[in-house]
Amino acid sequence: MKATGIVTGIISNLVTVRFEGDVAQNEICYIDLGGTKMMAEVIKVSGKNAFVQVYESTRGLRQGDKVEFEGHMLEVQLGPGLLSSSYDGLQNNLATMDGVFLKRGEYTAPLDHDKVWHFTPLAHPGDTVYAADWLGEVKEGWLPHKIMVPFSFKDEYQVKSVAPEGDYKIDDTMAVLTDQQGEEHIVTMVQKWPVKVAVGGYVEKPRPFRIMETGVRCIDTLNPIAEGGTGFIPGPFGCGKTVLQHAIAKQGDAEVIVMAACGERANEVVEIFAEFPELIDPHTGRHLMERTTIICNTSNMPVAAREASVYTAMTICEYYRAMGMKALLLADSTSRWAQALREMSNRMEELPGQDAFPVDLSAIISNFYARAGIVKLRNGQTGAVTVIGTVSPAGGNLKEPVTESTKKAARCFYSLAQARADKKRYPAVDPIDSYSKYLEYPEVVEYLKERVSKDWVDKVLRAKNLIRRGKEISEQINILGDDGVPISYHEQFWKSELIDFVILQQDAFDPIDSLCPFERQEFMLSLVLKICDIPFQFDDYEQCSAKYKEIINVLRQMNYSVFRSEQFNQYLEQLNTLLNHEQ
Amino acid sequence: MSNKAFQRTYTRLEAITKATVTLHAQGVSNDELATVSGRLAQVVKIKGDLITLQVFSGTEGIPTNAEVLFHGEPPTLAVSDELAGRFFNAYGDPIDGGPKVEGERRQIGGPSVNPFKRKQPSQIIPTGIAGIDLNNTLVSGQKIPFFADPDQPYNAVMAQVALRADVDKIILGGMGLSNDDYLYFRHEFENAGALNKIISFVNTTDQPPVERLLIPDMALTAAEYFAVNKNEKVLVLLTDMTLYADALSIVSNRMDQIPSKDSMPGSLYSDLAKIYEKAVQLPSGGSITIIAVTTLNDGDITHAIPDNTGYITEGQLYLRADTDTGKVIIDPFRSLSRLKQLVQGKQTREDHSQVMNASVRLYADAQNAKTKLENGFDLSDYDGRCLDYAKDYATEILSIDVNIGLTEMLDTCWKIFAKYFSKAETGIKQEFVDKYWPAE
Repeated sequence: MKATGIVTGIISNLVTVRFEGDVAQNEICYIDLGGTKMMAEVIKVSGKNAFVQVYESTRGLRQGDKVEFEGHMLEVQLGPGLLSSSYDGLQNNLATMDGVFLKRGEYTAPLDHDKVWHFTPLAHPGDTVYAADWLGEVKEGWLPHKIMVPFSFKDEYQVKSVAPEGDYKIDDTMAVLTDQQGEEHIVTMVQKWPVKVAVGGYVEKPRPFRIMETGVRCIDTLNPIAEGGTGFIPGPFGCGKTVLQHAIAKQGDAEVIVMAACGERANEVVEIFAEFPELIDPHTGRHLMERTTIICNTSNMPVAAREASVYTAMTICEYYRAMGMKALLLADSTSRWAQALREMSNRMEELPGQDAFPVDLSAIISNFYARAGIVKLRNGQTGAVTVIGTVSPAGGNLKEPVTESTKKAARCFYSLAQARADKKRYPAVDPIDSYSKYLEYPEVVEYLKERVSKDWVDKVLRAKNLIRRGKEISEQINILGDDGVPISYHEQFWKSELIDFVILQQDAFDPIDSLCPFERQEFMLSLVLKICDIPFQFDDYEQCSAKYKEIINVLRQMNYSVFRSEQFNQYLEQLNTLLNHEQ
Repeated sequence: MSNKAFQRTYTRLEAITKATVTLHAQGVSNDELATVSGRLAQVVKIKGDLITLQVFSGTEGIPTNAEVLFHGEPPTLAVSDELAGRFFNAYGDPIDGGPKVEGERRQIGGPSVNPFKRKQPSQIIPTGIAGIDLNNTLVSGQKIPFFADPDQPYNAVMAQVALRADVDKIILGGMGLSNDDYLYFRHEFENAGALNKIISFVNTTDQPPVERLLIPDMALTAAEYFAVNKNEKVLVLLTDMTLYADALSIVSNRMDQIPSKDSMPGSLYSDLAKIYEKAVQLPSGGSITIIAVTTLNDGDITHAIPDNTGYITEGQLYLRADTDTGKVIIDPFRSLSRLKQLVQGKQTREDHSQVMNASVRLYADAQNAKTKLENGFDLSDYDGRCLDYAKDYATEILSIDVNIGLTEMLDTCWKIFAKYFSKAETGIKQEFVDKYWPAE
């Protein structure tokens, strides 16, 4: 028996409902506003009153309006067709909505129920299976989309029958399973899962040991992120957070990308809609959109759905991870999600924590990042969810609750520096403040030795040292003046500038420079470090800076040229002449 | 407001604060309008049959037996082509002595555009100001504020941008505008002979601050009429959004909400986003572009209002007085148009973005040289050239009194580059240097 109720109070999107029957925390309900059913979620129960946050504007709602509870939490539908779709935070398909404006209470089906998929069975009658085991697969784009035993199935099942190879729709019966009591259960291509609960069904979650390549030098070379790892990008506005995230989305070495545009600008999402269908995945040569799902809850869309959007995105990633795939979740921006929590907490008149955020903010954030990870499936395969979130710290000050909480939860920190952005040194990732904890993992170091070269990590650490030294020296030069320090100081400074201009800076809008594969990163870093080893003889500091500027200019032209092309080799030759001339 | 059948009158207030009144009433809907002693008010909270109303013009003199009349609908604006050329107050009533506008009554603060149905902005809005067109190109469908100190000529610059921009309608939303500034806008618009394409919604400093909360929604409802129904290119000017946010904090304070940073309401981000995100490029060709003004307190952009604004808008423009040339310039370091790459090199010449980056980088080098000079250090030859370059660059490019076309701006930059620097020092892609470097 589902509960019902009536509206008794309204403050913005927080509605109080007096209910009959039983309701659960986080249960979904629908409020009837003159025939329009508006979705809401229970966030607190007190006596016979349920406090619900409404995922729509409450304009026109009256005291006494009817409410029906649904008996389940906010769920998403999981099945073939998720990729290349664009959803709002509640998984409504944005493409199939009518009209230009969003209408209240318009909920659209996330998956196409009429589309035909070609199914190939993987399990056999008589097999013993558990939740998340593979029963068969369909081709979704170029990816083998596994049809699994639903995550919600508990304990052991016997496969009674599996559909033979052929064409099916998502609601067709793909398998029949028998539980230990002898009861039969039908499995279709679709299953539902509550977004706020982590998907299980794997054997273990080992420490990440592989690197996820992004083609962005200041990440891959200096502070690489692991497959199944977590990272975050805090930065004041105007420092290039979104450009950096888009670059990772375009180039990241993952099979599935889910982008959660959470409370951000609509035009940024439109950019994805406009560009991604045209772009080619550098790893497979297929259209980028085919491996991408967009969860879009822009800043002007209902606040409560913002919170749901990051969980919806995470659940979809976990679903693909259970198929043995590498999924990447990009959440932009987690601060907006935290602000949505703050708005609700405020309306519920809870005692506030720091900056009026709810006191359990830190726990909520670390819970979310903890859902990332590489997992070993029951069949021995691995799957991964890598999470990169952005944080928009108020006033650019990193000593605020969202940044501090995320710092505790995420292992990579890509700090965007205003000073670098002001100088147009993009990406503005601060090379000194940023870090990757994964460089301290012995298994990751081993992996890099195999993947790149034996002395790679040493080279990276050396480059970092040169940058650090360069910064110290530039401060001294600022105090003592160009003439007040020995020429060797200027040389040290320019070595760090060399690394800055050639390795750290990267033109995200240049078709060639924007994507830098590991081989190329290895080549360029080795080349730059070799130049740093040359004992130049300078008469004065102006000669020193002039020389390095020349070198930098040639190296930058190389960055703009196709790797090992004729043009590239010409610049290399030009560089060699420039350097040999010196010795 | 005409009387409706279900209207009911109440005459007993339970509570009165500076901005709100509370009473027992039945069948009231959220957000609906009411009249309290003849003053407009809006429902902001319902708790059982206890209704809290926000009274726009303040509650001074309202008695506990005030007559309260519910209208049964949220605030509306009558939209039609007759809006063009007219001046209105925050309620949408004419203040220019003209007749009431006839038209379809639309609820203000309507729904959002489905992000999937938006089109990517792709049309440049040229202004002739090089600090904008060259370094921070505006695109139709964009939203961008001027971050300005109160003493800077932001309203003048905004009026100048609006009048030069190639758009079908200009809609001014003036919040807490001083009477002098209101008259200035009116004068400028009339002088430009552009009055028939301008619509103004104005709340001046001598009017109650809470009324301001209606201005952006009024202006944008009118804008949506012309952009959506008439497929027009609409430019909306909002000045001053800081005063709008201040009004928000007054209301939330009166409602006993827990303030977050800088005593602003916790929902400030969403409140501002709702306004700014109305900027849109529609698939049918119509567009809404928003240029706003956010005044700063002593240049402090970490304050909650400019900070939240910066995260919502697609860039920001800063004005600065350049002490070396005595000109007001668009600050090239802190200003940013996030959408510029959608048109740079596509609708403009191929060398646009490289020239822009090089010119700003060299200007930054000049700033470093200036710091050195101020600290009493010797300047290198390069430093000296940078300083000379900076003067030319500020005068011929950054100054807001420049009014030239984009190609001329690019050529001017190449000319100044060649005057002071070697080709390698600019760091520009070789193919552009070969093509555009001025002949000796």
